[in-house]
Amino acid sequence: MAADSVTANSITAEAPEQTDVVRRAAALPPDSPLQAALEGRADILAMTQQAHDAALVPEDPGGLSHALRAALALRAALLHEEEALADHYRGLLTAASADGAMVALADPATQDFADPRVAAFAAYTDLASKSPKDATADDIEALKAAGIGDADIVRLAELTAFLAYQLRVVAGLKLMQATA
Amino acid sequence: MSTALSDPAVLHDFTVEVPHWRPRVQPIDLAEATPAQRDALKVTPSNTKVSDYVLVLANDVETLKARTPLFNAIMYNRGGLGRSGRELGAVGASVVNRCVYCAAVHASRYNQLTKDSRQMEQVFAAGEAAALPPREAAIFAFAVKLSKTPSEATEADVLALREAGLEEAEILDLVLSTALFGWANRLMHLLGDPVATQAEEA
Repeated sequence: MAADSVTANSITAEAPEQTDVVRRAAALPPDSPLQAALEGRADILAMTQQAHDAALVPEDPGGLSHALRAALALRAALLHEEEALADHYRGLLTAASADGAMVALADPATQDFADPRVAAFAAYTDLASKSPKDATADDIEALKAAGIGDADIVRLAELTAFLAYQLRVVAGLKLMQATA
Repeated sequence: MSTALSDPAVLHDFTVEVPHWRPRVQPIDLAEATPAQRDALKVTPSNTKVSDYVLVLANDVETLKARTPLFNAIMYNRGGLGRSGRELGAVGASVVNRCVYCAAVHASRYNQLTKDSRQMEQVFAAGEAAALPPREAAIFAFAVKLSKTPSEATEADVLALREAGLEEAEILDLVLSTALFGWANRLMHLLGDPVATQAEEA
């Protein structure tokens, strides 16, 4: 691991800025007083990016296509008015060749859906994003009633829960930078 | 609403007695786990006991494999914010998200670390308005606000952390542990119910 230790210089070089979604969204300047603290947690930032990849572009997406995942992520980012992350998820949506239904799903204003599965994905994402404390067993039953299997329910829960984490890390880094 | 409220076994009030977690979806069958699932679950001949919670998460093996080391690094890595501060961030998130199970686990760890149960008694009695000593109050207030949907944390809340003596690396660890429980709460609280243990029912 010693050979992998990251110096202050390499932190500010292009690599993490290009590949680390959280750090790019927080838009920290290279001379930010936070850089030393981030260097001390470089392992956590790298694992956060691995979790992003597992939740957004997994090798085995199950019943949640990469386009659906990007659409739900963009919807959650827009619900939080987190523009930099929204831009990132717009990019993933485009990269996944999303169709019109997925583009509509990404807009939090869209509440009517032709496909009941898509409606259920949207309702769960809105619940997990806005009022997770109010969730009950009925909300999981609603997913099952829409024909979503247990494994896909777990994939959906992990995706929306990861997004809640990522949005808060970005929000926290921005506040730290603003007060540094 | 009706389903959960009509089941008398489901706990709705915060407690430091760690309840049993009852899944709302099917855990994987360990006997039929794929090699990737066994790897993510760290199943070995000497370690075959895996909780229902982790067996549920094994339905999404790629995320589970990424999340486990991330969770351990955020909560247990050396340096930065002490263990109790990270647990307080976890409790703040769990109170906002009303994750009774997570709050029980991390309030009891906080009590073990601080050897003082009065702070968690105050948190469970007063919730987000809990009156705590100055340093703990700044940590708890920040964790509560960052956990709102969307976050309500402000620059003033971070300045209060600095005034309470937290350094840059400590504030970063608080951001990470609080955010991590935004994730964990959404798994525990949405995918299952906290229920009284067998011993308590008897």
